[in-house]
Amino acid sequence: MLENYTPIFLMIGVAMAFGIVMSKVNEILGPKRRNSDKYSTYESGMEPLRSTRERFSIKYYMVAMLFIVFDIEIVFMYPWAVTYKHLGFSGFIVMASFIFVLLLGYYFVWKKGALEWD
Amino acid sequence: MDVYISDILLNAPFEIVVLTALIVLVLESTRGTRPNISSWTSIGGLSLAAVAALTNLGASVETFGGMLQSGGFANYYGALFCISAVMTILFSRNYFERQNYHRGEAYILLLFATLGMMVIAASNDLIMIFLGIELMSICLYVLAGLFRHRDRSNEASLKYFLLGAFATGFLLYGIALIYGSTGTTNIASIRTAFPHVSHDLLFLTGSGLLLAGFAFKIAAVPFHMWAPDVYEGSPTPISGFMSTGAKAAAFAALIAVFSRVFGPSENAVHQIIALIAAASMIAGNVVALAQSNLKRLLAYSSIAHAGYMLVGLAAGTADGQIGVMYYLAVYALMNLGAFGIIGALETENDQNLQMDDYAGLSEREPVLAACMAVFLFGLAGFPPLAGFFGKYYVFLAAVKARLLWLAVIGVLASLMSAYYYLRIIVFMYFEKTKAESVPISVPMSVRWTVIFCAVLVLLFGLFPSVIVQTVLRVLF
Repeated sequence: MLENYTPIFLMIGVAMAFGIVMSKVNEILGPKRRNSDKYSTYESGMEPLRSTRERFSIKYYMVAMLFIVFDIEIVFMYPWAVTYKHLGFSGFIVMASFIFVLLLGYYFVWKKGALEWD
Repeated sequence: MDVYISDILLNAPFEIVVLTALIVLVLESTRGTRPNISSWTSIGGLSLAAVAALTNLGASVETFGGMLQSGGFANYYGALFCISAVMTILFSRNYFERQNYHRGEAYILLLFATLGMMVIAASNDLIMIFLGIELMSICLYVLAGLFRHRDRSNEASLKYFLLGAFATGFLLYGIALIYGSTGTTNIASIRTAFPHVSHDLLFLTGSGLLLAGFAFKIAAVPFHMWAPDVYEGSPTPISGFMSTGAKAAAFAALIAVFSRVFGPSENAVHQIIALIAAASMIAGNVVALAQSNLKRLLAYSSIAHAGYMLVGLAAGTADGQIGVMYYLAVYALMNLGAFGIIGALETENDQNLQMDDYAGLSEREPVLAACMAVFLFGLAGFPPLAGFFGKYYVFLAAVKARLLWLAVIGVLASLMSAYYYLRIIVFMYFEKTKAESVPISVPMSVRWTVIFCAVLVLLFGLFPSVIVQTVLRVLF
């Protein structure tokens, strides 16, 4: 069974060796001209203005989190829709209760004001 | 359809908790509700679920296509979780009010965490165990950081979350490897496949990773590092809930997986569990000796108690399982009560938590001091309190399973633990009240809950057969 993996192991070995050799060759052969500009942060050719560790509003997190919830909902609903006829009425009940629970959560989020931007 | 209706009826405790959680969710979202309504609704729902669970302690039946195992085993734990949650809510109502942070969301999270624990105890499939652990843990991560304006609480939440996520990764990887070697995630099917894979490296690696994941959740050495910081930083009643409910849930999963799959046979997994048990008992008790903060002290003592309970699992026999299930129930009562008292006496900004703050408590608060003494004697394992029989059963199981060395370590470790439990009692009864100590008014609801716990600890110690008979009926 293991011999089936030989090409993969070979590939991993070659890739790693290639990476190590190339970076080492570059380190040894490449010219080195050290100056202060080279040690500063590279920001697409712009002068670095301030620290990159900035705090930004929690609203973005809220939207992203809610997006994931409803994204996952669709992931569940898609295979359900495809097999809907096969699952029958019980499948409908199960999905309906799932969406009902999700709706209550949505109601909670709405009422708590997580969707208000200002 | 018929199948579904009987499944739904068999899982009534779950549905009651789900519905309660949803009702509280809606209550919380309509403006103008006070958290008191949410807390009483939660208490009502959880009590109803506990009653529903206790009325059905019969044989286990597979439900929902073999995903759940409903019946006695699940309901025993379900009732345990619901009762723990009710007590936690009774303690936290007053606690949150005094800390100026009474928010109804806490109860929603508590309800969903309880639901997660119940799913873990009822699951017959590794995927369900994973789902339950996630549901429980995510709610607990948030509950740990409930006081979001305090650094300690934030630290607790973040630590718990990062390490917990890592442990979940172990768990999931273990499930994946077990699936890889047996081709199924169903625990009953894994049991049938076990003789073929018992020496398979893939399967053993998977079991090891699974064990590591569970050991994290029960805070056993060497996966215990998070426990003291998290228990110290979290709101006190929540720490109590984490150290009892979450621990019991992980033990339910351990019993479900390791006892059902591995059986009483001699194998490497039981030796590893025995080693973890010995390390937890020694490390937990030794470090607890040096603690002066009561929350940290109880955190280390809970590590040690995880060790005692693992002794029963290491034995691998039915006796051991009975011992563990008895121990879990009485440990929950003792620990919840102790955390409840600590929470009731705690003042703002984590004050009044040191051991010398309890000096002279017997004069100021004779009832609470007496109850605290009952819990501490129980945790130390003095007869005739319930903690004694818990230890007795697990150590006896270990001796019967020819793990004499483990039982000896356990007895020595619990002797060591008597020192720090008794030290608190000495402070409470034989020291003078400090001049600067602040008087605290403890409301009746908290008092009665504490007294109720203490009476139960005493009763289950005098009549251990009440629980043991139930456990026997549930297991066989």
